[in-house]
Amino acid sequence: MNTFIQGYAHKFGDDINTDLISPAQYMELSLAEMAAHAMEGADPDFAAKMRKGDIIVAGKNFGSGSSRETAPLALLGAGVALIVAESFARIFYRNCINTGLPVLICPTAGQIAEGDLLAVDLAQGKIRDLSNGSEHAADQLPPHLLRLLSHGGLLGDLQQRLNHKEADPCTRK
Amino acid sequence: MGKTIAEKLLARSAGLAQVKAGDIITARVDCAMMDDILGPRVVIAEQLEKLQAEIWDRERVVVICDHYSPAATIQQADIVAFTRRWAKAQGIRNYVEGQGPCHQILAEKGFFRPGSLVVGTDSHTCTGGAFGCFSTGIGSTEMLGVLVTGEIWLRVPESLSFDFHGVLQPGVMAKDMILRVIGDIGHGGATYMAMEFSGETIRALPMDERMCISNMAVEAGAKAGLIAADEKTAAYLAAHGCDSGFTPITSDADAVYRQCYQYDVATLEPLVAAPHHVDQVYPARELAGTHIDSAYIGSCTGGRLSDLQAAAEILRGRRVAAGCRLLVSPASQTIWRQAAASGLLSVLADAGATILAPSCGACLGVHSGLLAAGESGISTTNRNFRGRMGSPESKVYLASPATVAAAAVAGKIVDCREFCRESGGGR
Repeated sequence: MNTFIQGYAHKFGDDINTDLISPAQYMELSLAEMAAHAMEGADPDFAAKMRKGDIIVAGKNFGSGSSRETAPLALLGAGVALIVAESFARIFYRNCINTGLPVLICPTAGQIAEGDLLAVDLAQGKIRDLSNGSEHAADQLPPHLLRLLSHGGLLGDLQQRLNHKEADPCTRK
Repeated sequence: MGKTIAEKLLARSAGLAQVKAGDIITARVDCAMMDDILGPRVVIAEQLEKLQAEIWDRERVVVICDHYSPAATIQQADIVAFTRRWAKAQGIRNYVEGQGPCHQILAEKGFFRPGSLVVGTDSHTCTGGAFGCFSTGIGSTEMLGVLVTGEIWLRVPESLSFDFHGVLQPGVMAKDMILRVIGDIGHGGATYMAMEFSGETIRALPMDERMCISNMAVEAGAKAGLIAADEKTAAYLAAHGCDSGFTPITSDADAVYRQCYQYDVATLEPLVAAPHHVDQVYPARELAGTHIDSAYIGSCTGGRLSDLQAAAEILRGRRVAAGCRLLVSPASQTIWRQAAASGLLSVLADAGATILAPSCGACLGVHSGLLAAGESGISTTNRNFRGRMGSPESKVYLASPATVAAAAVAGKIVDCREFCRESGGGR
Protein backbone atom coordinates (compact mmCIF):
# COMPACT_ATOMS: atom_id res chain seq x y z
CA MET A 1 0.00 0.00 0.00
CA ASN A 2 1.14 3.53 -0.66
CA THR A 3 1.29 4.97 2.84
CA PHE A 4 2.53 8.33 1.59
CA ILE A 5 -0.20 10.76 0.57
CA GLN A 6 0.23 14.29 -0.75
CA GLY A 7 -2.65 16.62 -1.47
CA TYR A 8 -4.34 19.95 -0.86
CA ALA A 9 -6.48 20.55 2.23
CA HIS A 10 -10.22 21.24 2.09
CA LYS A 11 -11.22 22.60 5.49
CA PHE A 12 -14.46 21.86 7.40
CA GLY A 13 -15.61 22.56 10.97
CA ASP A 14 -17.05 20.39 13.74
CA ASP A 15 -19.96 17.92 13.57
CA ILE A 16 -20.00 17.46 9.78
CA ASN A 17 -22.72 14.79 9.75
CA THR A 18 -23.45 12.10 7.19
CA ASP A 19 -26.60 13.90 5.98
CA LEU A 20 -24.31 16.75 4.88
CA ILE A 21 -21.69 14.42 3.37
CA SER A 22 -24.24 12.20 1.57
CA PRO A 23 -27.66 13.91 1.48
CA ALA A 24 -30.53 11.40 1.64
CA GLN A 25 -32.24 12.69 -1.49
CA TYR A 26 -29.34 11.46 -3.63
CA MET A 27 -29.06 8.04 -2.00
CA GLU A 28 -31.31 6.37 -4.53
CA LEU A 29 -28.86 7.34 -7.32
CA SER A 30 -25.86 5.34 -8.51
CA LEU A 31 -22.56 5.76 -6.64
CA ALA A 32 -21.06 7.78 -9.50
CA GLU A 33 -24.02 10.17 -9.49
CA MET A 34 -23.92 10.36 -5.70
CA ALA A 35 -20.22 11.30 -5.75
CA ALA A 36 -21.08 14.45 -7.74
CA HIS A 37 -23.09 15.59 -4.68
CA ALA A 38 -20.50 14.63 -2.01
CA MET A 39 -20.35 17.17 0.86
CA GLU A 40 -23.06 19.22 -0.86
CA GLY A 41 -24.83 19.87 2.45
CA ALA A 42 -21.68 21.42 3.94
CA ASP A 43 -20.24 23.05 0.79
CA PRO A 44 -22.33 23.08 -2.41
CA ASP A 45 -19.19 23.77 -4.50
CA PHE A 46 -17.11 20.93 -3.06
CA ALA A 47 -17.34 18.57 -6.04
CA ALA A 48 -16.32 21.37 -8.42
CA LYS A 49 -13.33 22.44 -6.29
CA MET A 50 -12.18 18.91 -5.53
CA ARG A 51 -9.15 17.50 -7.35
CA LYS A 52 -8.35 13.81 -7.19
CA GLY A 53 -5.99 13.12 -4.31
CA ASP A 54 -7.08 16.08 -2.16
CA ILE A 55 -7.42 15.78 1.61
CA ILE A 56 -10.36 16.72 3.83
CA VAL A 57 -9.30 18.40 7.08
CA ALA A 58 -12.02 18.80 9.70
CA GLY A 59 -12.78 19.45 13.35
CA LYS A 60 -14.47 17.25 15.90
CA ASN A 61 -16.93 14.39 15.36
CA PHE A 62 -16.61 14.17 11.57
CA GLY A 63 -19.18 11.78 10.05
CA SER A 64 -21.69 11.80 12.88
CA GLY A 65 -25.17 10.37 12.44
CA SER A 66 -26.20 7.73 9.95
CA SER A 67 -24.49 4.40 9.22
CA ARG A 68 -24.72 5.23 5.49
CA GLU A 69 -21.67 3.86 3.73
CA THR A 70 -22.62 6.10 0.85
CA ALA A 71 -20.78 8.83 2.80
CA PRO A 72 -17.24 7.39 2.45
CA LEU A 73 -18.13 5.90 -0.96
CA ALA A 74 -19.20 9.32 -2.25
CA LEU A 75 -16.00 10.89 -0.91
CA LEU A 76 -13.90 8.14 -2.52
CA GLY A 77 -15.82 8.66 -5.76
CA ALA A 78 -15.09 12.38 -5.58
CA GLY A 79 -11.37 11.57 -5.33
CA VAL A 80 -10.72 12.22 -1.62
CA ALA A 81 -7.45 10.47 -0.65
CA LEU A 82 -7.52 10.99 3.11
CA ILE A 83 -9.57 12.55 5.92
CA VAL A 84 -7.75 14.21 8.81
CA ALA A 85 -9.99 15.26 11.70
CA GLU A 86 -9.74 16.10 15.38
CA SER A 87 -12.13 13.20 16.01
CA PHE A 88 -14.49 10.93 14.08
CA ALA A 89 -17.92 9.43 14.70
CA ARG A 90 -17.66 5.69 15.29
CA ILE A 91 -19.62 4.09 12.44
CA PHE A 92 -18.23 6.51 9.86
CA TYR A 93 -14.67 5.76 11.01
CA ARG A 94 -15.21 2.01 10.57
CA ASN A 95 -16.91 2.56 7.22
CA CYS A 96 -13.89 4.51 5.97
CA ILE A 97 -11.44 1.78 6.95
CA ASN A 98 -13.76 -0.89 5.51
CA THR A 99 -14.07 0.90 2.17
CA GLY A 100 -10.35 1.69 1.99
CA LEU A 101 -10.52 5.43 2.68
CA PRO A 102 -7.66 6.37 5.06
CA VAL A 103 -8.54 8.39 8.16
CA LEU A 104 -6.24 10.06 10.70
CA ILE A 105 -7.14 11.53 14.08
CA CYS A 106 -5.08 14.70 14.56
CA PRO A 107 -5.69 16.97 17.59
CA THR A 108 -4.10 19.97 15.84
CA ALA A 109 -6.01 19.62 12.55
CA GLY A 110 -7.60 23.00 13.26
CA GLN A 111 -4.26 24.74 12.64
CA ILE A 112 -4.14 23.55 9.02
CA ALA A 113 -5.46 26.16 6.59
CA GLU A 114 -7.70 25.79 3.54
CA GLY A 115 -5.63 25.05 0.45
CA ASP A 116 -2.45 24.04 2.34
CA LEU A 117 -0.39 21.34 0.62
CA LEU A 118 0.00 18.39 2.99
CA ALA A 119 2.48 15.50 2.87
CA VAL A 120 1.27 12.64 5.01
CA ASP A 121 3.01 9.49 6.20
CA LEU A 122 0.01 7.31 7.00
CA ALA A 123 1.87 4.50 8.76
CA GLN A 124 3.77 6.92 11.03
CA GLY A 125 0.83 9.30 11.55
CA LYS A 126 2.94 12.31 10.52
CA ILE A 127 1.49 15.29 8.66
CA ARG A 128 3.79 17.95 7.16
CA ASP A 129 2.17 21.17 6.06
CA LEU A 130 4.36 22.09 3.07
CA SER A 131 2.69 25.50 2.77
CA ASN A 132 4.25 26.72 6.03
CA GLY A 133 6.64 23.97 7.13
CA SER A 134 4.69 23.03 10.26
CA GLU A 135 4.33 19.43 11.41
CA HIS A 136 1.31 17.75 12.98
CA ALA A 137 1.23 14.45 14.86
CA ALA A 138 -1.73 12.17 14.28
CA ASP A 139 -2.71 9.04 16.23
CA GLN A 140 -0.98 6.06 14.66
CA LEU A 141 -3.42 3.64 13.06
CA PRO A 142 -3.47 0.28 14.90
CA PRO A 143 -1.74 -2.50 12.90
CA HIS A 144 -4.99 -4.36 12.11
CA LEU A 145 -6.54 -1.21 10.62
CA LEU A 146 -3.40 -0.50 8.55
CA ARG A 147 -3.61 -4.09 7.34
CA LEU A 148 -7.25 -3.62 6.28
CA LEU A 149 -6.29 -0.41 4.44
CA SER A 150 -3.37 -2.17 2.79
CA HIS A 151 -5.88 -4.65 1.32
CA GLY A 152 -7.99 -1.76 0.02
CA GLY A 153 -10.53 -2.26 2.79
CA LEU A 154 -12.51 -5.12 4.25
CA LEU A 155 -13.46 -6.54 0.85
CA GLY A 156 -9.87 -7.17 -0.23
CA ASP A 157 -9.20 -8.57 3.21
CA LEU A 158 -12.17 -10.94 2.95
CA GLN A 159 -10.98 -12.11 -0.47
CA GLN A 160 -7.57 -12.97 0.97
CA ARG A 161 -9.07 -14.75 3.95
CA LEU A 162 -11.53 -16.74 1.84
CA ASN A 163 -8.79 -17.72 -0.61
CA HIS A 164 -6.49 -18.83 2.19
CA LYS A 165 -9.21 -20.03 4.58
CA GLU A 166 -7.68 -17.82 7.25
CA ALA A 167 -9.29 -16.77 10.50
CA ASP A 168 -9.46 -13.04 11.21
CA PRO A 169 -5.79 -12.33 11.97
CA CYS A 170 -6.51 -9.13 13.88
CA THR A 171 -7.97 -10.95 16.84
CA ARG A 172 -7.00 -14.60 16.54
CA LYS A 173 -3.68 -15.46 18.10
CA MET B 1 -12.99 -6.03 39.20
CA GLY B 2 -16.68 -5.74 38.36
CA LYS B 3 -18.01 -5.76 34.83
CA THR B 4 -20.48 -3.55 32.96
CA ILE B 5 -23.39 -4.96 30.96
CA ALA B 6 -21.46 -4.08 27.78
CA GLU B 7 -18.44 -6.11 28.91
CA LYS B 8 -20.60 -9.08 29.93
CA LEU B 9 -22.59 -9.08 26.69
CA LEU B 10 -19.49 -8.91 24.51
CA ALA B 11 -17.66 -11.58 26.55
CA ARG B 12 -20.60 -13.88 25.85
CA SER B 13 -20.57 -13.02 22.13
CA ALA B 14 -16.82 -13.61 21.92
CA GLY B 15 -17.05 -16.90 23.80
CA LEU B 16 -14.63 -15.60 26.43
CA ALA B 17 -14.84 -15.84 30.22
CA GLN B 18 -14.38 -12.10 30.47
CA VAL B 19 -13.34 -9.06 28.49
CA LYS B 20 -12.52 -5.51 29.52
CA ALA B 21 -13.00 -2.12 27.90
CA GLY B 22 -10.37 -1.56 25.24
CA ASP B 23 -10.02 -5.23 24.26
CA ILE B 24 -10.47 -6.04 20.59
CA ILE B 25 -12.56 -9.17 20.20
CA THR B 26 -14.08 -11.27 17.45
CA ALA B 27 -17.76 -11.62 18.26
CA ARG B 28 -20.34 -14.10 16.94
CA VAL B 29 -23.37 -12.29 15.53
CA ASP B 30 -26.81 -13.57 16.62
CA CYS B 31 -28.85 -11.47 14.19
CA ALA B 32 -27.83 -9.45 11.11
CA MET B 33 -30.43 -6.98 9.81
CA MET B 34 -30.33 -5.21 6.46
CA ASP B 35 -32.71 -2.47 5.38
CA ASP B 36 -33.52 -1.37 1.82
CA ILE B 37 -31.56 1.89 1.61
CA LEU B 38 -28.19 0.50 2.82
CA GLY B 39 -28.78 -3.22 2.49
CA PRO B 40 -28.06 -5.56 -0.44
CA ARG B 41 -28.02 -2.75 -3.05
CA VAL B 42 -24.92 -1.08 -1.56
CA VAL B 43 -21.85 -3.28 -2.14
CA ILE B 44 -23.38 -6.38 -0.51
CA ALA B 45 -25.23 -8.17 -3.34
CA GLU B 46 -22.57 -7.48 -5.96
CA GLN B 47 -19.60 -8.41 -3.80
CA LEU B 48 -21.18 -11.49 -2.21
CA GLU B 49 -21.49 -12.84 -5.73
CA LYS B 50 -17.92 -11.87 -6.65
CA LEU B 51 -16.59 -13.53 -3.50
CA GLN B 52 -18.58 -16.64 -4.46
CA ALA B 53 -19.41 -16.88 -0.77
CA GLU B 54 -22.50 -18.17 1.00
CA ILE B 55 -24.44 -16.49 3.79
CA TRP B 56 -23.23 -18.09 7.03
CA ASP B 57 -26.69 -18.68 8.53
CA ARG B 58 -29.83 -17.60 6.67
CA GLU B 59 -32.04 -17.92 9.75
CA ARG B 60 -30.00 -15.26 11.52
CA VAL B 61 -30.44 -12.76 8.68
CA VAL B 62 -33.37 -10.33 8.48
CA VAL B 63 -34.14 -8.06 5.51
CA ILE B 64 -36.61 -5.20 6.02
CA CYS B 65 -37.79 -2.68 3.41
CA ASP B 66 -38.79 0.39 5.38
CA HIS B 67 -37.02 3.56 4.16
CA TYR B 68 -38.31 3.41 0.58
CA SER B 69 -41.61 1.71 1.35
CA PRO B 70 -44.13 2.79 0.21
CA ALA B 71 -41.94 4.07 -2.62
CA ALA B 72 -42.30 7.67 -3.79
CA THR B 73 -40.22 7.39 -6.97
CA ILE B 74 -39.44 4.74 -9.55
CA GLN B 75 -35.84 4.56 -8.28
CA GLN B 76 -37.09 3.85 -4.76
CA ALA B 77 -39.51 1.23 -6.08
CA ASP B 78 -36.68 -0.40 -8.02
CA ILE B 79 -34.52 -0.55 -4.90
CA VAL B 80 -37.32 -2.22 -2.91
CA ALA B 81 -37.95 -4.68 -5.75
CA PHE B 82 -34.23 -5.46 -5.98
CA THR B 83 -34.03 -6.05 -2.23
CA ARG B 84 -37.10 -8.32 -2.31
CA ARG B 85 -35.72 -10.39 -5.20
CA TRP B 86 -32.29 -10.65 -3.60
CA ALA B 87 -33.72 -11.85 -0.26
CA LYS B 88 -35.78 -14.47 -2.08
CA ALA B 89 -32.85 -15.66 -4.19
CA GLN B 90 -30.71 -15.95 -1.07
CA GLY B 91 -33.36 -18.03 0.67
CA ILE B 92 -33.86 -15.48 3.47
CA ARG B 93 -37.20 -16.25 5.10
CA ASN B 94 -37.11 -13.26 7.48
CA TYR B 95 -38.15 -10.72 4.85
CA VAL B 96 -40.50 -7.88 5.84
CA GLU B 97 -41.79 -5.07 3.61
CA GLY B 98 -44.02 -2.10 4.27
CA GLN B 99 -44.69 -2.94 7.89
CA GLY B 100 -42.73 -0.11 9.46
CA PRO B 101 -39.24 1.01 10.58
CA CYS B 102 -36.86 -1.96 10.95
CA HIS B 103 -36.07 -1.50 14.64
CA GLN B 104 -39.72 -1.71 15.67
CA ILE B 105 -40.11 -4.82 13.50
CA LEU B 106 -37.04 -6.42 15.11
CA ALA B 107 -38.55 -5.68 18.54
CA GLU B 108 -41.98 -7.09 17.71
CA LYS B 109 -40.61 -10.22 16.06
CA GLY B 110 -38.29 -11.07 18.95
CA PHE B 111 -34.96 -10.46 17.19
CA PHE B 112 -33.80 -8.19 20.03
CA ARG B 113 -33.08 -11.16 22.31
CA PRO B 114 -31.76 -10.20 25.74
CA GLY B 115 -28.10 -11.21 25.94
CA SER B 116 -27.61 -11.42 22.16
CA LEU B 117 -25.52 -9.48 19.62
CA VAL B 118 -27.44 -7.75 16.82
CA VAL B 119 -25.92 -5.68 14.00
CA GLY B 120 -27.87 -3.72 11.41
CA THR B 121 -27.19 -1.43 8.45
CA ASP B 122 -28.98 1.43 10.18
CA SER B 123 -27.41 3.56 12.88
CA HIS B 124 -30.51 3.34 15.10
CA THR B 125 -30.02 -0.40 15.51
CA CYS B 126 -28.93 0.67 19.02
CA THR B 127 -32.70 0.62 19.78
CA GLY B 128 -32.22 -3.05 20.71
CA GLY B 129 -30.21 -2.00 23.76
CA ALA B 130 -33.58 -1.49 25.47
CA PHE B 131 -33.86 -5.30 25.56
CA GLY B 132 -30.47 -5.85 27.23
CA CYS B 133 -29.15 -6.84 23.83
CA PHE B 134 -25.85 -5.52 22.42
CA SER B 135 -27.26 -4.01 19.27
CA THR B 136 -25.38 -1.61 17.02
CA GLY B 137 -25.31 -0.03 13.57
CA ILE B 138 -22.72 -0.97 10.95
CA GLY B 139 -21.96 -0.09 7.34
CA SER B 140 -22.76 -2.13 4.25
CA THR B 141 -19.26 -3.53 3.63
CA GLU B 142 -19.04 -4.47 7.29
CA MET B 143 -22.37 -6.29 6.85
CA LEU B 144 -20.92 -8.18 3.90
CA GLY B 145 -18.15 -9.41 6.22
CA VAL B 146 -20.75 -10.51 8.78
CA LEU B 147 -22.82 -12.33 6.14
CA VAL B 148 -19.76 -14.25 4.98
CA THR B 149 -18.17 -15.03 8.36
CA GLY B 150 -20.93 -14.66 10.98
CA GLU B 151 -18.39 -12.62 12.92
CA ILE B 152 -17.37 -9.03 13.49
CA TRP B 153 -14.39 -7.46 15.27
CA LEU B 154 -15.37 -5.04 17.98
CA ARG B 155 -13.50 -2.92 20.45
CA VAL B 156 -15.09 -3.46 23.88
CA PRO B 157 -16.40 0.00 24.76
CA GLU B 158 -15.99 1.96 27.95
CA SER B 159 -19.37 2.72 29.51
CA LEU B 160 -21.11 5.86 30.72
CA SER B 161 -23.71 5.28 33.44
CA PHE B 162 -26.95 7.30 33.51
CA ASP B 163 -28.95 6.62 36.66
CA PHE B 164 -32.46 8.06 36.84
CA HIS B 165 -34.66 8.36 39.90
CA GLY B 166 -37.92 10.11 40.67
CA VAL B 167 -41.29 10.19 38.90
CA LEU B 168 -41.89 12.01 35.60
CA GLN B 169 -44.35 14.92 35.71
CA PRO B 170 -47.46 14.72 33.52
CA GLY B 171 -46.46 15.75 29.99
CA VAL B 172 -42.81 14.72 30.45
CA MET B 173 -41.68 11.62 28.59
CA ALA B 174 -38.69 9.34 27.90
CA LYS B 175 -37.85 11.59 24.92
CA ASP B 176 -37.28 14.46 27.35
CA MET B 177 -34.96 12.22 29.42
CA ILE B 178 -32.74 11.33 26.48
CA LEU B 179 -32.77 14.89 25.09
CA ARG B 180 -31.60 16.10 28.53
CA VAL B 181 -28.74 13.57 28.47
CA ILE B 182 -27.65 14.44 24.92
CA GLY B 183 -27.92 18.15 25.71
CA ASP B 184 -25.61 17.59 28.68
CA ILE B 185 -22.94 15.35 27.12
CA GLY B 186 -23.14 16.64 23.53
CA HIS B 187 -23.58 15.19 20.06
CA GLY B 188 -20.23 13.36 20.33
CA GLY B 189 -20.21 12.95 24.11
CA ALA B 190 -20.41 9.14 24.07
CA THR B 191 -18.43 8.44 20.89
CA TYR B 192 -17.07 4.85 20.86
CA MET B 193 -18.70 4.22 24.27
CA ALA B 194 -21.70 2.33 25.57
CA MET B 195 -24.39 4.30 27.39
CA GLU B 196 -26.03 2.38 30.20
CA PHE B 197 -29.39 3.58 31.52
CA SER B 198 -30.57 2.44 34.95
CA GLY B 199 -32.47 3.39 38.08
CA GLU B 200 -36.02 3.34 39.36
CA THR B 201 -37.33 5.68 36.64
CA ILE B 202 -36.01 3.41 33.88
CA ARG B 203 -37.42 0.30 35.59
CA ALA B 204 -40.83 2.01 35.78
CA LEU B 205 -40.84 2.90 32.06
CA PRO B 206 -42.75 0.67 29.62
CA MET B 207 -40.71 -0.95 26.83
CA ASP B 208 -42.02 1.61 24.31
CA GLU B 209 -40.41 4.40 26.29
CA ARG B 210 -37.20 2.47 26.99
CA MET B 211 -36.75 1.94 23.24
CA CYS B 212 -37.01 5.71 22.66
CA ILE B 213 -34.06 6.22 25.03
CA SER B 214 -31.84 3.47 23.59
CA ASN B 215 -32.74 4.56 20.05
CA MET B 216 -31.11 7.95 20.51
CA ALA B 217 -27.84 6.68 22.06
CA VAL B 218 -26.20 7.03 18.64
CA GLU B 219 -27.09 10.73 18.65
CA ALA B 220 -24.45 11.10 21.36
CA GLY B 221 -22.11 8.97 19.23
CA ALA B 222 -22.56 5.81 21.32
CA LYS B 223 -22.04 2.28 20.10
CA ALA B 224 -24.89 0.95 22.26
CA GLY B 225 -27.60 2.24 24.62
CA LEU B 226 -28.10 -0.52 27.15
CA ILE B 227 -30.90 -1.17 29.63
CA ALA B 228 -30.88 -4.39 31.70
CA ALA B 229 -33.67 -6.76 30.67
CA ASP B 230 -36.27 -7.41 33.38
CA GLU B 231 -39.86 -8.61 33.85
CA LYS B 232 -41.15 -5.82 31.56
CA THR B 233 -38.86 -7.05 28.80
CA ALA B 234 -40.16 -10.59 29.28
CA ALA B 235 -43.78 -9.38 29.27
CA TYR B 236 -43.22 -7.43 26.01
CA LEU B 237 -41.68 -10.44 24.30
CA ALA B 238 -44.47 -12.72 25.55
CA ALA B 239 -47.17 -10.26 24.43
CA HIS B 240 -45.69 -10.36 20.92
CA GLY B 241 -45.63 -14.15 20.83
CA CYS B 242 -41.83 -14.36 21.13
CA ASP B 243 -39.63 -16.52 23.34
CA SER B 244 -39.61 -14.63 26.64
CA GLY B 245 -37.09 -16.73 28.56
CA PHE B 246 -33.64 -15.30 29.21
CA THR B 247 -30.91 -15.06 31.83
CA PRO B 248 -30.87 -11.48 33.13
CA ILE B 249 -27.53 -9.69 32.72
CA THR B 250 -26.84 -6.69 34.92
CA SER B 251 -23.77 -4.61 35.68
CA ASP B 252 -21.80 -5.48 38.79
CA ALA B 253 -21.99 -3.04 41.70
CA ASP B 254 -18.24 -2.40 41.33
CA ALA B 255 -18.26 -2.14 37.53
CA VAL B 256 -15.90 0.51 36.15
CA TYR B 257 -17.44 3.43 34.24
CA ARG B 258 -15.78 6.27 32.39
CA GLN B 259 -18.28 8.55 34.11
CA CYS B 260 -21.53 8.29 36.12
CA TYR B 261 -24.42 10.72 35.83
CA GLN B 262 -27.39 11.02 38.22
CA TYR B 263 -30.74 12.50 37.23
CA ASP B 264 -33.77 13.35 39.34
CA VAL B 265 -36.56 13.41 36.77
CA ALA B 266 -39.06 15.07 39.14
CA THR B 267 -37.62 18.41 38.01
CA LEU B 268 -37.36 17.46 34.32
CA GLU B 269 -39.53 19.55 32.01
CA PRO B 270 -40.58 19.20 28.36
CA LEU B 271 -37.56 19.82 26.14
CA VAL B 272 -36.91 20.66 22.49
CA ALA B 273 -33.74 20.17 20.40
CA ALA B 274 -33.38 23.22 18.16
CA PRO B 275 -31.96 23.27 14.60
CA HIS B 276 -29.56 21.97 13.43
CA HIS B 277 -27.99 19.87 16.18
CA VAL B 278 -29.51 17.25 18.48
CA ASP B 279 -27.59 18.65 21.45
CA GLN B 280 -29.05 22.17 21.11
CA VAL B 281 -31.54 21.37 23.84
CA TYR B 282 -33.81 23.97 25.47
CA PRO B 283 -36.87 23.86 27.74
CA ALA B 284 -39.93 24.06 25.46
CA ARG B 285 -41.08 27.17 27.35
CA GLU B 286 -37.91 29.02 26.26
CA LEU B 287 -38.78 28.39 22.60
CA ALA B 288 -42.49 29.10 23.16
CA GLY B 289 -44.03 31.04 20.30
CA THR B 290 -41.73 29.58 17.59
CA HIS B 291 -43.94 29.17 14.50
CA ILE B 292 -44.52 25.58 13.33
CA ASP B 293 -45.71 24.63 9.81
CA SER B 294 -45.57 20.85 10.17
CA ALA B 295 -45.74 18.46 13.12
CA TYR B 296 -44.69 14.82 12.73
CA ILE B 297 -45.39 11.93 15.11
CA GLY B 298 -43.78 8.70 14.00
CA SER B 299 -40.55 6.74 13.42
CA CYS B 300 -38.48 4.21 15.38
CA THR B 301 -38.02 6.92 18.02
CA GLY B 302 -41.51 8.30 18.57
CA GLY B 303 -44.27 6.38 16.75
CA ARG B 304 -45.12 3.63 19.25
CA LEU B 305 -48.48 3.01 20.88
CA SER B 306 -47.61 4.94 24.06
CA ASP B 307 -46.49 7.85 21.85
CA LEU B 308 -49.81 7.89 20.00
CA GLN B 309 -51.63 7.69 23.35
CA ALA B 310 -49.68 10.68 24.70
CA ALA B 311 -50.52 12.66 21.56
CA ALA B 312 -54.18 11.64 21.70
CA GLU B 313 -54.51 12.82 25.29
CA ILE B 314 -53.59 16.30 24.15
CA LEU B 315 -55.45 16.21 20.82
CA ARG B 316 -58.74 14.73 22.14
CA GLY B 317 -61.42 17.36 21.61
CA ARG B 318 -58.95 19.84 20.13
CA ARG B 319 -58.04 20.83 16.55
CA VAL B 320 -54.75 21.26 14.77
CA ALA B 321 -54.13 24.99 14.29
CA ALA B 322 -55.05 26.55 10.96
CA GLY B 323 -51.95 26.73 8.74
CA CYS B 324 -50.27 23.84 10.54
CA ARG B 325 -50.29 20.20 9.40
CA LEU B 326 -50.01 17.15 11.64
CA LEU B 327 -48.71 13.90 10.14
CA VAL B 328 -48.87 10.66 12.12
CA SER B 329 -47.04 7.48 11.07
CA PRO B 330 -47.52 4.61 13.54
CA ALA B 331 -44.17 2.80 13.93
CA SER B 332 -45.50 -0.54 12.66
CA GLN B 333 -48.46 -2.21 11.04
CA THR B 334 -49.16 -3.88 14.41
CA ILE B 335 -49.23 -0.52 16.18
CA TRP B 336 -51.37 0.92 13.37
CA ARG B 337 -53.96 -1.83 13.89
CA GLN B 338 -53.88 -1.55 17.68
CA ALA B 339 -54.30 2.23 17.45
CA ALA B 340 -57.17 1.80 14.98
CA ALA B 341 -58.91 -0.82 17.12
CA SER B 342 -58.68 1.26 20.30
CA GLY B 343 -60.00 4.39 18.58
CA LEU B 344 -56.71 6.30 18.94
CA LEU B 345 -56.38 6.91 15.21
CA SER B 346 -59.89 8.38 15.14
CA VAL B 347 -59.04 10.77 17.95
CA LEU B 348 -55.97 11.92 16.00
CA ALA B 349 -57.82 12.16 12.69
CA ASP B 350 -60.73 14.02 14.31
CA ALA B 351 -58.20 16.57 15.51
CA GLY B 352 -57.07 17.03 11.90
CA ALA B 353 -54.11 14.64 11.69
CA THR B 354 -53.22 12.88 8.44
CA ILE B 355 -52.56 9.21 9.24
CA LEU B 356 -49.69 7.83 7.14
CA ALA B 357 -48.31 4.36 6.48
CA PRO B 358 -45.70 2.96 8.88
CA SER B 359 -42.39 4.00 7.25
CA CYS B 360 -39.07 5.82 7.71
CA GLY B 361 -39.82 8.20 4.81
CA ALA B 362 -40.52 11.53 6.49
CA CYS B 363 -37.81 11.16 9.16
CA LEU B 364 -34.99 11.27 6.60
CA GLY B 365 -36.83 13.40 4.07
CA VAL B 366 -37.29 10.89 1.25
CA HIS B 367 -41.12 10.74 1.11
CA SER B 368 -44.40 11.20 3.04
CA GLY B 369 -44.36 14.91 3.83
CA LEU B 370 -41.18 16.93 3.35
CA LEU B 371 -40.49 20.45 4.57
CA ALA B 372 -40.23 23.31 2.06
CA ALA B 373 -37.57 26.04 2.15
CA GLY B 374 -38.38 28.41 4.97
CA GLU B 375 -40.70 25.98 6.76
CA SER B 376 -40.27 24.79 10.34
CA GLY B 377 -41.22 21.33 11.52
CA ILE B 378 -41.42 19.74 14.96
CA SER B 379 -40.95 16.03 15.12
CA THR B 380 -40.75 13.01 17.44
CA THR B 381 -37.86 11.63 15.34
CA ASN B 382 -34.17 11.46 16.23
CA ARG B 383 -32.24 13.87 13.99
CA ASN B 384 -32.57 17.55 13.16
CA PHE B 385 -29.51 17.91 10.92
CA ARG B 386 -29.75 20.62 8.25
CA GLY B 387 -31.97 19.34 5.44
CA ARG B 388 -32.83 16.14 7.30
CA MET B 389 -36.60 16.31 6.71
CA GLY B 390 -36.63 18.24 3.46
CA SER B 391 -35.15 21.49 2.17
CA PRO B 392 -31.72 22.55 3.48
CA GLU B 393 -33.49 25.85 4.11
CA SER B 394 -36.02 24.27 6.48
CA LYS B 395 -35.73 23.85 10.25
CA VAL B 396 -36.43 20.77 12.38
CA TYR B 397 -37.16 20.84 16.11
CA LEU B 398 -37.12 17.52 18.00
CA ALA B 399 -39.48 16.84 20.90
CA SER B 400 -41.71 14.28 22.62
CA PRO B 401 -45.08 13.25 21.13
CA ALA B 402 -46.83 15.31 23.83
CA THR B 403 -44.83 18.41 22.91
CA VAL B 404 -45.31 17.82 19.18
CA ALA B 405 -49.08 17.36 19.61
CA ALA B 406 -49.30 20.53 21.70
CA ALA B 407 -47.33 22.45 19.05
CA ALA B 408 -49.72 21.20 16.34
CA VAL B 409 -52.71 22.52 18.31
CA ALA B 410 -51.07 25.87 19.01
CA GLY B 411 -49.34 26.23 15.61
CA LYS B 412 -46.25 27.14 17.57
CA ILE B 413 -43.98 25.63 20.20
CA VAL B 414 -45.62 25.62 23.66
CA ASP B 415 -44.98 23.91 26.99
CA CYS B 416 -47.33 20.91 26.63
CA ARG B 417 -47.99 20.89 30.38
CA GLU B 418 -50.40 23.78 29.79
CA PHE B 419 -52.60 21.35 27.83
CA CYS B 420 -52.10 18.52 30.32
CA ARG B 421 -53.35 20.72 33.14
CA GLU B 422 -56.31 21.98 31.12
CA SER B 423 -57.42 18.44 30.30
CA GLY B 424 -56.71 17.33 33.87
CA GLY B 425 -54.71 14.41 32.63
CA GLY B 426 -51.53 13.89 30.72
CA ARG B 427 -49.01 11.30 31.51
